[in-house]
Amino acid sequence: MTFLLATAHLKGPHVDFGGLSPLIALLGGAVIVLMFGLIGSQWVRAQLVPALSLGALGAALGLTIWQWGAEKSIVSGALRIDALSLVLNLVLIAGGICAVLLAWRSRAAEEAAHGEFHALLLTSVAGMSLLASAQNTVALFVGLELLSIPLYVLCATEMRREHSLESGLKYLIVGSVGSATLLYGLAMIYGATGTTDFSGIAAKLAAGGVSSDVLTLTGIALCVGGLCFKASIAPFHQWTPDVYEGAPTPVTAFMAVTTKVAAFGAFLRFFDVALIETQSSWAPALAALATITIIVGNVGALGQSSLKRMLAYSSVAQAGYMLAGIVVATKLGAQATVLYLVVYLMMNMAAFATIVARERATGQGDSIASLAGLGREHPLLAWPMTLAMLGLAGIPATAGLIGKIYLIEATVDGGYAWLGVVIVLGSMISLGYYLPVIAAMWMRDASAAGALPRSGGEGPLPALAGGSAELDEQEPRVRGLQLEVVLVAVVAGAATLFFGIVPQPLFELVRHTGSALGLL
Amino acid sequence: MPPLSILLWLPAACGLLGALLPAGAARIPTPATAPGGKVRRPSSPAGIVALLGSLAALGLAIAYIADYKAGGGPQHVTDTMWISSLGIHYKLAVTGLNVILLGMTTLLFAAAILASNVRAGGPPERPRLFYFQLLLAESAVIGAFLAQDLILFVAFFDLMLIPFYFLIGTWGRDPEGSTRVRATTKLVIYTLVGSLLMLAGAVATGVLSAQQGGGHVDFAFSALQHMPLSTGSQEWIFLMFAAAFLVKMPAFPLHGWMPDGYRAMPVEVLMVFSGVLSKVGAYGFLAVVLPLFPRAAVHFQTVMLLVALASIIYGSAQAFTQTDARLIAGYSSVAQLGFITLGIFALNSQGAQGALLQMVNHALVVAPLLFIVALLAERAGGSEDIRRMGGIAFRAPVLASVFLIVALATLAMPGSGNFAGEFLILLGVFKAKQAIAIIAFAGVVMASVYALRLFIRAMHNRVGPGVTPREMTVRDGAVLVPIVAVILFFALYPQLALKRSERSVQGAVAQAQVLTTPRHLSARVTDLDQVFNATSQE
Repeated sequence: MTFLLATAHLKGPHVDFGGLSPLIALLGGAVIVLMFGLIGSQWVRAQLVPALSLGALGAALGLTIWQWGAEKSIVSGALRIDALSLVLNLVLIAGGICAVLLAWRSRAAEEAAHGEFHALLLTSVAGMSLLASAQNTVALFVGLELLSIPLYVLCATEMRREHSLESGLKYLIVGSVGSATLLYGLAMIYGATGTTDFSGIAAKLAAGGVSSDVLTLTGIALCVGGLCFKASIAPFHQWTPDVYEGAPTPVTAFMAVTTKVAAFGAFLRFFDVALIETQSSWAPALAALATITIIVGNVGALGQSSLKRMLAYSSVAQAGYMLAGIVVATKLGAQATVLYLVVYLMMNMAAFATIVARERATGQGDSIASLAGLGREHPLLAWPMTLAMLGLAGIPATAGLIGKIYLIEATVDGGYAWLGVVIVLGSMISLGYYLPVIAAMWMRDASAAGALPRSGGEGPLPALAGGSAELDEQEPRVRGLQLEVVLVAVVAGAATLFFGIVPQPLFELVRHTGSALGLL
Repeated sequence: MPPLSILLWLPAACGLLGALLPAGAARIPTPATAPGGKVRRPSSPAGIVALLGSLAALGLAIAYIADYKAGGGPQHVTDTMWISSLGIHYKLAVTGLNVILLGMTTLLFAAAILASNVRAGGPPERPRLFYFQLLLAESAVIGAFLAQDLILFVAFFDLMLIPFYFLIGTWGRDPEGSTRVRATTKLVIYTLVGSLLMLAGAVATGVLSAQQGGGHVDFAFSALQHMPLSTGSQEWIFLMFAAAFLVKMPAFPLHGWMPDGYRAMPVEVLMVFSGVLSKVGAYGFLAVVLPLFPRAAVHFQTVMLLVALASIIYGSAQAFTQTDARLIAGYSSVAQLGFITLGIFALNSQGAQGALLQMVNHALVVAPLLFIVALLAERAGGSEDIRRMGGIAFRAPVLASVFLIVALATLAMPGSGNFAGEFLILLGVFKAKQAIAIIAFAGVVMASVYALRLFIRAMHNRVGPGVTPREMTVRDGAVLVPIVAVILFFALYPQLALKRSERSVQGAVAQAQVLTTPRHLSARVTDLDQVFNATSQE
């Protein structure tokens, strides 16, 4: 043993702990949280564990800000720390913080024994962060799996509810297919170019000879498919409504926002850096996918009575909008996509926080009827939800409009003006399902819709009813408002409004993300 | 003069203040009794704050009108960057095109807020939210008129509809059960559809003109005018703007939201919706489309004139067959807005001046008309069907006289301001397209048919079943008399508007006018550069 140690002059690679520190904080936090979750005390598990998760996320946040302005490749060039990955890290961590707050007193966390729940959540955030900064196909795949596997489990954490289990299983199967597709694609690109490094791939493609090779093109097509599964872009979106609906709402909130952020981060880096030379072959395909996604998402959301299902389709549509920024492969396009991701976080968190609060208070699940009379009862929840709906539809004075303007500007500037028109056409259809939510809150009385769960009535009850008998009726477990849920709703709603009126800080935030990719 | 931002945000600020006040008086358990014997809700502090705010805005607007120097170009300019990364300005200015419209907007909002305070049932339920939404709408409309930046204009244009969604959906009338929310959603989607298209068009305008000009993206009107787009781009962008404005007006094939929407609105809201919001569309044609897309305006001139003509004929024909008094007013608006469009797309300064004057005139007649319809409905057991009205002129002579003045102004009696407006419009169209002008004259005749029919059926004939003839109260008079006074004032002195708008209107139509005029005939303005210079000064 001593001999081994003495001769161990193997030169290890230089480890830049500064660059890795946010990841270390998240994964270290996950281990600590898991350990504390083993302690028997109810207080430790129900209160201290979430607090520790928040602490880990807060540390990661601080370390990300500490790294601000860095431009470096770490881990032998596998990961890139630059403006793009740092901004996306911020969004991911903010999403994680919201999810922890929403899950604090949820049934899901309780049934998954708190420690495991939060450890999985932190691991997933770490995977996303890894994915967003990967500049090597191996790191890309590792990040993707690290984010996905904990999510499969998280979806099924309400173990005694059939729909939650179904959601987890469905996500596992579809997600694995997506991962496999991506892996095939990556392997083929490696086969064609002989390197796993993004810049190496770009150089090889630029050198000519392989860019129109069948192997390369098939590889690109499979990669598009694989990433589209994760970003729920049509026609790879079919799992989205079922999984979103079945998963515990805090988990839905988490994955609705953060998986999109991570997937689009990967999209940006992989397509706008590694495959930039073949833009002419993938851009029309992505433009077509964006169009289909916008139409499918918006039309699918019409007439949904389950809010989570509606938001799932809406997230499909929003993914279509964001894909438009990647199609043009310009600096402006990349920045527009990132800015929209930031805005998307605010709007969705406001909406999901309201749904969580109503789910716990009314016992009507996530049915749109659960919102009836909210404007009069709890304006502190109704206003954020209203702003979120208006923002998602792209109405002035919300950050959603700013995001859309930027995306449209990027598409017109990149020569895809028609895609800008498709975006506004999608927004028009979207009014058909966002406005009824507002109407339910402000224009219907709780008494008229029935404050208590009932069978029949207008439209089907949320599909939560119909599962295993003893768990169908989610009894209202909470009277009054839960502070942390209201906090998430109010902060997210206020941010939606504030950045709709004073958007310049958002532009400052994303200003260097495009140039970080080396785009024009 | 105070900066324009004060005029712009004062209403919204008052609305917010009112919303934050304690509910106060609304809790007092001894409600006064209205003349009709119904229980009257006591007036709410929010309503009083709203009234004061809207009156202050009116005062400011009058001050701007008095202060406006005819021919001086944009005045009281406020210009700061709003989003510098996108080249979007927060730029406001008073121009000859909007100065009178500001007065009209603030007057009608003040009247509507007064009406909601004094009406028989008392202020609406949940008054704090009601007045907040109404005043937010006022700020948004003022913003749309004042904006001198394309994106800012579009943002205010879209924003103004959102408060109306709440106002109609929450406080709307529900004559046929649970159709209110549905009608509201239909109205909002219909009208926002055009607006969102306009957003894409607006962004494209800025980006494409920057690409052609090689400069930075800048959405200020003044910057965009210097970088005209290619004809092809102008044409598709024009269609998007036209969709937004024609829906909002509404014009004939795009008026589908109007009947249900009008029936669902509470009367105060309808007064401003019909009076003011429709004018923002017409103003958009004059202030945005003609200066920025002159080639497309010329290209689509005939189409637009035919749409306008169709609106006049269809609106008038509907107005003299409907029996719902509210819809008579609604369809007459379609016809009147048809006239306004006609004037704008004559693409000469007479037509445009007439259109601008007619925008003010129409707002001034339609708002009191709708209020009177509500008063008549109170006397006819709540029905707004003219077959159930009638015979109250002798018992209510003051109401009858006020109504007569409004009705005569609606049909553009010679001597009224509307006559001056329609005369200028037809003069302008006659110069541009004679055939269309001749057909449009029929619209003038039809206006007298529907206006007199409404007046006679509602005030004369037999006393309708269930009608309780009653004179209007002093409170009602407080709403009606100031507006009627302004109608009479414009009948005597339309120059107030014409003089102020003359130079700006010439600037707005100049480029399009040159393009329509055959080169050898345009003796006065042959040099395009001269025209561009004239417009850029404006």
